[in-house]
Amino acid sequence: MKAVVWQGTNKIGVETVPDPSILLATDAVVRVTSTAICGSDLHLLDGYIPSMEKGDILGHEFMGEVVEVGKAVKKLKVGDRVVVPFNLACGVCDPCQRGLFSACDNSNPNHRMAEAMYGGVSGGGLFGYSHIYGGYAGGQAQYVRVPFADVGPFKIESDLRDDQVLFLTDIFPTGYQAAENCNIVPGRDVVAVFGAGPVGQFAARSAQMLGAAHVIVIDRVPERLKMAEASGAQTINYEQEDVLLALREATGGRGPDHVIDAVGLEAHGHGPGALLDTAQQKLRLTFDRITALRWAIMSCAKGGTVSMPGVYGGLVNELPMGAAFAKGLTFRMGQTHTHRYLPELLGRIESGEIDPSFVITHRAGLSEAPDLYKAFRDKKHGCIKVVLNPWA
Amino acid sequence: MTTNSEQAGAQMTPAERVAYGALGAGLAVLGLRGGHPVQRLLLSAAGVVVAAQAITGRHPVATALKINQGADGEVRVSDAVTIGQGPEGLYARWRDLASLPALMTHLEKVEVLDEKRSRWTVKAPAGTHVSWEAEIMAEEPGRRLAWASLPGAAVENSGEVLFRPAPGNRGTELVVHLTYKPLGGAAGAVVARILGQEPGQQLRDDLMRFKREQELGYAPTARGQSSGRAGAGKGTQEGRV
Ligand SMILES: [Zn+2]
Ligand SMILES: [Zn+2]
Repeated sequence: MKAVVWQGTNKIGVETVPDPSILLATDAVVRVTSTAICGSDLHLLDGYIPSMEKGDILGHEFMGEVVEVGKAVKKLKVGDRVVVPFNLACGVCDPCQRGLFSACDNSNPNHRMAEAMYGGVSGGGLFGYSHIYGGYAGGQAQYVRVPFADVGPFKIESDLRDDQVLFLTDIFPTGYQAAENCNIVPGRDVVAVFGAGPVGQFAARSAQMLGAAHVIVIDRVPERLKMAEASGAQTINYEQEDVLLALREATGGRGPDHVIDAVGLEAHGHGPGALLDTAQQKLRLTFDRITALRWAIMSCAKGGTVSMPGVYGGLVNELPMGAAFAKGLTFRMGQTHTHRYLPELLGRIESGEIDPSFVITHRAGLSEAPDLYKAFRDKKHGCIKVVLNPWA
Repeated sequence: MTTNSEQAGAQMTPAERVAYGALGAGLAVLGLRGGHPVQRLLLSAAGVVVAAQAITGRHPVATALKINQGADGEVRVSDAVTIGQGPEGLYARWRDLASLPALMTHLEKVEVLDEKRSRWTVKAPAGTHVSWEAEIMAEEPGRRLAWASLPGAAVENSGEVLFRPAPGNRGTELVVHLTYKPLGGAAGAVVARILGQEPGQQLRDDLMRFKREQELGYAPTARGQSSGRAGAGKGTQEGRV
């Protein structure tokens, strides 16, 4: 089959590789009908996530049709149309039982690597996202092996198009969880979203669905700001305005009640903090550039929430903890418990409350993936979200 | 809560600190170079830990691997895991000494001799084996199991497993303490080396494998799946269509 393969930092190719097969009785194999490139895939392209190996198949946002199931699989059958959460969860451990699916104790076979880096514990495995996260082959391919087939895959039985349900695999639940983590008081709270990439777009719309009185989206890319405006959000271009001042003004000096950092470890930005981050990141002295997170803390209202769906990988420098303490902020973060949100969010799509396909700007076959990874990273050609058809 | 004699290697001498600083930097550099990505990551992480401990003057290897070495040369390894099962079944699994090698992978074989005594064997280099006799020192079903080697063992060693209920119906907290004391002599040196290969990491891996066996009934894996690496994947058939 054909698959998008990591060949090294800044090197992504399309190769013919062996078809996947059932390795454990709880596996399924899915024929992929649609798959997307995620903003977090760009951290792999740029080499910021350790433990990638040449030949790893990328991609964690995919859906398709079940073509094979292992002997122990009970809920899925051949022919089912499914979306597959980007994270793997066993469904039986204590975190899974509590709905904390991304914190699964059992789904990462390489737990020792994550334990070495992350305080002696490991979260669950992820599709196509390095060996620290399990080394599972990704879904930017014609077929994919799906472990824990009775736990992750979610059946789509309505006639919604792939475009409308594909983002249930990651960016819609991720934006939604980021907004839910803010505990928005409907009709009262103002929510600011840093980053108008795909996750930021879904976070802004989710904040609106959860009743935010006002939503403000901050970015520097005009077409991304325009997309956010289309939902009724106010926008701030941080290259044209002093972002902290603009947020003060927009909120009567209080600051947004909650701030979502939908940027993560590769934030742009300016000022001495941003320059220091970039220099140190290049020298591998720090992992993460955190301009957006600093702005989030500095702008957030007293008693507010800083919610972080953006991915962080390591250590950060010069975090304004004094400001966070003085204002009594709450920090919420972490990978998305995708499985938990699927029934509710599918319901919102079926009822017409949201059509997630608004975010798609590019559609292509697998062979164009390498160019589109770069266009997406460099924010060229108006690229916001790429959907690939592995059979085109 | 550690006493002085148990503290991990206590303070380093200035010369040791310089040496460990250099070792840490070297490991970190090796980690940044080529090789298998897993090795690169572990080397880099080890390098950072070692270098950091050179800076603080704490003995590096002992703390990095959850090992304590007492003044008497006795090595202690311990770890803990919570498993979503009741204590009785878990205890029974450990009390079945003959099946211990499935839980503790450094063991090759345990033969039960009578109610209390058993013969434990580990693999040694060049196809040889080292054995010793051990005795059950405590058996409290569902709570605690302890054993110790009998006099004459190449390596004096002992172990205990504690089983206690986790709060909030989360199953059982399993705590393992292992100690061993190399006695010198060729066999002792060999066994010390085998047991000394990352014993903290080995115990961790053993406990996670046990947890998954108990909770899932199998070990999750990504081995054998497809990739762009030569020889990857089981299926080599061309396209499915
Ligand atoms: Zn994603
Ligand atoms: Zn789990």
